[in-house]
Amino acid sequence: MKLLLVTLLGLGALLLGEPASAQMSIVHSERSLYREVLVYEEDGERCMCFTRQCRIGRQTCIDLTHPNRFALNYTRMMLAGALFSSPDPRRILIIGLGGGSLPTALRHLLPDAQIDVVEIDPAVTRVAKQYFGFSDGPKLHVAEVDGRVYVKRAGREGKQYDVILLDAFDHEYIPEHMLTREFLTEVKALLSPRGVLVANTFSSSHLYDHESTTYTSVYGSFYNLKRENRVVVARLGGLPTPEELKARSATYEAALKAYGVDAGALLTMFSNRVDWDAGARVLTDQYSPANLLNR
Amino acid sequence: MSTAGIATSAERLLCYVIALWSGFFVMAIELLGGRLLAPNFGSSIYVWGAIITVFMLALSLGYLAGGRWSLERPSLQRLSLLLLAAAVTALPVLLFAGEPLERLAIAIPDPRFGSLSAAALLFFVPTFFSGMVSPYCVRLVVDGEATSGRRAGQLFFVSTFGSAAGTILTSFYLVLWFEVNSILLSLMGFSVLLSASGVLAGRRRA
Repeated sequence: MKLLLVTLLGLGALLLGEPASAQMSIVHSERSLYREVLVYEEDGERCMCFTRQCRIGRQTCIDLTHPNRFALNYTRMMLAGALFSSPDPRRILIIGLGGGSLPTALRHLLPDAQIDVVEIDPAVTRVAKQYFGFSDGPKLHVAEVDGRVYVKRAGREGKQYDVILLDAFDHEYIPEHMLTREFLTEVKALLSPRGVLVANTFSSSHLYDHESTTYTSVYGSFYNLKRENRVVVARLGGLPTPEELKARSATYEAALKAYGVDAGALLTMFSNRVDWDAGARVLTDQYSPANLLNR
Repeated sequence: MSTAGIATSAERLLCYVIALWSGFFVMAIELLGGRLLAPNFGSSIYVWGAIITVFMLALSLGYLAGGRWSLERPSLQRLSLLLLAAAVTALPVLLFAGEPLERLAIAIPDPRFGSLSAAALLFFVPTFFSGMVSPYCVRLVVDGEATSGRRAGQLFFVSTFGSAAGTILTSFYLVLWFEVNSILLSLMGFSVLLSASGVLAGRRRA
């Protein structure tokens, strides 16, 4: 009898634990060459994700009543990493489009900047335009190509960028050829003399250590902004000092409010403390089991 | 059967081991091939499509050639030479995966045909020689008309089982422990050793 009661209670808890999904509505779903692209709405937010377990693998979310606002922490962290660290961002490269909230915000905040976006999956670009208000134009160009292939090609053409935003990974799958010392070296060659790399990466699992030593091997010291995700901020010619970050955050403070981004709070997140195993094996083109290490 | 190149059961066993290893070798190289092409061509479905196409094509032609070659004085020694040939012609995979592939990517910007050309250049020849192994083995191990199907089935079994082993070991473990080039070198080294023992075993009989 007791057992039955416990079982029933357990079942009830299981059923009650799921009400969120009852309010979650799938707005759009399509199978692309690479993945399933899902758009769903829940609690006044619209999100894009690449897996049925949307709660952990959200790519981009927008607040439906305030579509400008950044709904996810990592996009705020990336925006702050780019704006607070770069002295004069005129040419920007973004690898990985998602819903396009980063390029759209940067387009408005820096109207003179030329922004190149690389997105391998045409379905993602289509969905970003249709459901997330993304639009390209003469100052915001989207190339449909593999990120690594683009970086190599841009390097040969002698292209230079003041800011490079790397946002090509998700929880389900890492393109392993874009998390190696060789790739980061190719990215480094694209950066202008005071160029900034901002990368959205992983805050947990074994991969954290390997990723950290790999970034260190190419860029030396870097800033870390950590929440659910981790954003790496590296700059050529030395990291910005705390004073420099503070001064620049002040100039953007008012403008960032429109995006629901608190410049002051983000400023406190910049840290260059080494909190990883410095002996972890560096990832290279020869050794890149990133997905196996991300457990 | 006096015309067969195999007399002892030890030699027959060696034949099966060679077929098993050849299957292992092919799939390990194929998986590592994806790794080597990714920096220049990405790792999209068409890159894998290009790699698999080249391997299947090379294997199919290798089967034809292996069967044909088995008509002339078949021997364990010659079989061993096929294994050696596959290992030696895989050397470009080790040597030319960097700079030359980058030049190829520049010459052929279309990622599909770029990766197809790269895969053909690096993998066609060693996989062709690997494909020759199985039908050649059939010729050596068949000991009578009545049991020929059974022998052929056993050979398909060891060869494809070797492929399965090569696939899972490489993708689950080897890439987690070692560098791509170290794995490639070890694969070639083992092929050379196995080939040498085949030649020696064949010579002792001759």
